[in-house]
Amino acid sequence: MMLKIKEKIIESFLIVCSLITVLTTLAIIYVLASETINFFRAVSVIEFFTGTEWTPLFAIKRFGILPLLSGTLLTTFIAIAVALPLGLTIAVFLNEYAPPRFTNVVKPLLEILASVPTVVYGFFALTFVTPLLQSFLPGLSGFNALSAGLVMGVMIIPYISSLSEDALRAVPKSLREAAYGMGSTKLQTAFRVMVPAASSGIIVSIILAISRAAGETMIVAIAAGQEPRLSFNPLKSVETITTYIVQVSMGDVPHDSLEYSTIFAAGMALFIFTFILNNISFWIRRKFQQKYE
Amino acid sequence: MNNSQLNRIKNHLFKAFAIFCTSAGLIVLAALLYVIISQGFSRIDYDFINNLPSRRPHRAGIFTALCGMVWVLVLTVCISFPIGIGAGIYLQEYGKKNFFTNFIEVNISNLAGVPSIIYGILGLELFGRVLGLGNSILTGSLTLSLLILPVIIVSAREAIKAVPSSLREASYGLGATKWQTIWNVVLPSSFGGIMTGLILAVSRAIGETAPLIVIGALVYVPFAPSSVMDEFTVLPIQIFNWVTRPQTAFVTNAAAAIVILLAFTFLMNGLAILIRNRYNKRTKF
Amino acid sequence: MYKLEARSVNLYYGEKQALKDIGMGIEPNTVTAFIGPSGCGKSTFLRCFNRMNDLIDNVRITGDILIDGRNVYKSKIDVDEHRKKIGMVFQKPNPFPKNIFENVAYGLRIKGVKDKAVVEAAVERALKQAALWDEVKDDLKKSALSLSGGQQQRLCIARAMAVEPSVILMDEPASALDPISTSKIEDLIYELKSSYTIVIVTHNMQQAARISDKTAFFYLGELIEYNKTATIFTNPAKEQTQKYITGRFG
Repeated sequence: MMLKIKEKIIESFLIVCSLITVLTTLAIIYVLASETINFFRAVSVIEFFTGTEWTPLFAIKRFGILPLLSGTLLTTFIAIAVALPLGLTIAVFLNEYAPPRFTNVVKPLLEILASVPTVVYGFFALTFVTPLLQSFLPGLSGFNALSAGLVMGVMIIPYISSLSEDALRAVPKSLREAAYGMGSTKLQTAFRVMVPAASSGIIVSIILAISRAAGETMIVAIAAGQEPRLSFNPLKSVETITTYIVQVSMGDVPHDSLEYSTIFAAGMALFIFTFILNNISFWIRRKFQQKYE
Repeated sequence: MNNSQLNRIKNHLFKAFAIFCTSAGLIVLAALLYVIISQGFSRIDYDFINNLPSRRPHRAGIFTALCGMVWVLVLTVCISFPIGIGAGIYLQEYGKKNFFTNFIEVNISNLAGVPSIIYGILGLELFGRVLGLGNSILTGSLTLSLLILPVIIVSAREAIKAVPSSLREASYGLGATKWQTIWNVVLPSSFGGIMTGLILAVSRAIGETAPLIVIGALVYVPFAPSSVMDEFTVLPIQIFNWVTRPQTAFVTNAAAAIVILLAFTFLMNGLAILIRNRYNKRTKF
Repeated sequence: MYKLEARSVNLYYGEKQALKDIGMGIEPNTVTAFIGPSGCGKSTFLRCFNRMNDLIDNVRITGDILIDGRNVYKSKIDVDEHRKKIGMVFQKPNPFPKNIFENVAYGLRIKGVKDKAVVEAAVERALKQAALWDEVKDDLKKSALSLSGGQQQRLCIARAMAVEPSVILMDEPASALDPISTSKIEDLIYELKSSYTIVIVTHNMQQAARISDKTAFFYLGELIEYNKTATIFTNPAKEQTQKYITGRFG
């Protein structure tokens, strides 16, 4: 009898552990939403979404999120422009060309890229990449979107290369054999047969990489600058949503002020963006996973 | 030049490009390590590790940052490990394929993709303000625990899933209860995998900066913490602070601190891989 | 009274019916063989007796299964306690990744037996009964996974016997083993008959003929014929049985 009670107690404890994750999500949504609602009592929704200036900390306050959004999108775009071709090429190469021993060495090495703390990447971008780029791009300012974007791109290469390589590996051998059987070169097999067959997994990896890049904080906070600027010029300094949140957190903004609630509104925008991206990728993964079962 | 010759050339070009891409990633990694180590390594000495931060770069040290880091990590481990492993056990061993379990799984996948800074905002409001814990080590640890919880849960589940069902059947066949089976057979068999996941989660927590900045971890902390309610700073924040200073001497400091941070990170990752290999050999299924 | 009895047992995996109206009675201290082609339901039926089918989702059982006269599914029995009284040996040896001693002692430990002397005596007795004692007695702390396949299976048999069940269910216990190990296990089963009631599922008809007292032939979820082993193999009543044992299908 005692044993049965003990079993029930243990099971209840384990259920509670699982529910904590649900509570976390609810808490995130509640915290962001309630403060954002407060924010929108003082600021018009239209100004927030269409305003072209973001100056909550200045005397003349403007609350248009577009500059922060453009900063986030610009750096994310540069990062993906680096990571996608490199990551996908690496994935195809490891899957189609490279001998297994090579893959077994290279794949973990590349995954090291993902495990380096982002503060370190920020340091690298600011103190090495920017001066390097400045030597042949004279218009490059000290803080700019390009360096940060490039370094972020390198950091997320493994997101695309590892996940795409897994997707390629899951394609049945019979497809590959059919292609070779007809005399295709490795390149043709890879891009005409394997990549399309693995396309859902590859797309998932890209979406997750975008989400990761958009949510990145330290690299852009250190190297991209703290000037909100509605522009897509990578040579100038920009501010991303994440950098802004850090900037306010480090400052002396009083806790119950409108300026303070801007970090929640900005956080909400970021959360919704990454939430939508992540769920699209889960949906794609679920929908197309059955194909080769 | 006929079609097949063209195709062969394209094939070779791609191969060359691919090798370039692979090397590019590794070269950048190597360049990063070289730049940092060459700048920072010489700065590391006993004083650097033992000194408190200071406005003079030559006198500044990482002692308080190291202490803060240790306090936060130990507390984070104590909070997140039992919860994460518990949830992993529940989902893998008790969960049936119903709406409830599915919902929790989707939720965990979502949490894994939430940017770390959002966790910082959550921690700031929920732990810092509502629970009144301010910007203490406890707030930081609770925040980081929530952050790494999905990672721990997923790796615990994978490790538990890898235990063959024949072992569970043997245990149930002998009349063991569910928890007896889990405690005596499943957990010991999945120990290596769970440990690996835990260490990787910790190594991720070591490098987290943004959430701790948001909850209010300080940048200038001239004392070592003595309780979980104290204010604190950690190594990544110290690095962030030094990097943003214009004087090159501070940049050198930052590089030196990064060397130490990387040493910790790589040590943990190496340890995880070692454990994973050792346990894979021992419990060959 | 029958040791094990089944009355009108039907089993469904979701919509699919795997067992159709099975009825039979097994005397104590006998060896009964279940034979039949793959997928005929013999393992499924075996697992009804210790309710191992409960571990699978979507399983529905109707009818009665009785052990020592008690209905295993209907009366308020504690499943775990029930399983402690029945030993099961599986097709592929599945020792725990622990040492030899701890494997055999497992059943006692989960029963809460703390007395070291009692546990040691039980382990030794079980290993002797399983004809494994002499081979392992010098190093009981060795990992169970370091034993050969045949030794591992005998270890699993010892593990099942350590808690002194009255019934032992064996699901193709020798099919993954080499001929020498197989014959050792067959000898073992023959020895154990005097203390236990044994039911063995087997693909190997010669094995069934060698060691069992009675044999039950299953086909497509139905019990086709159940009789003394000698009769089944020399003078089967049903044509299907005749076809199976002469190798026309299977």
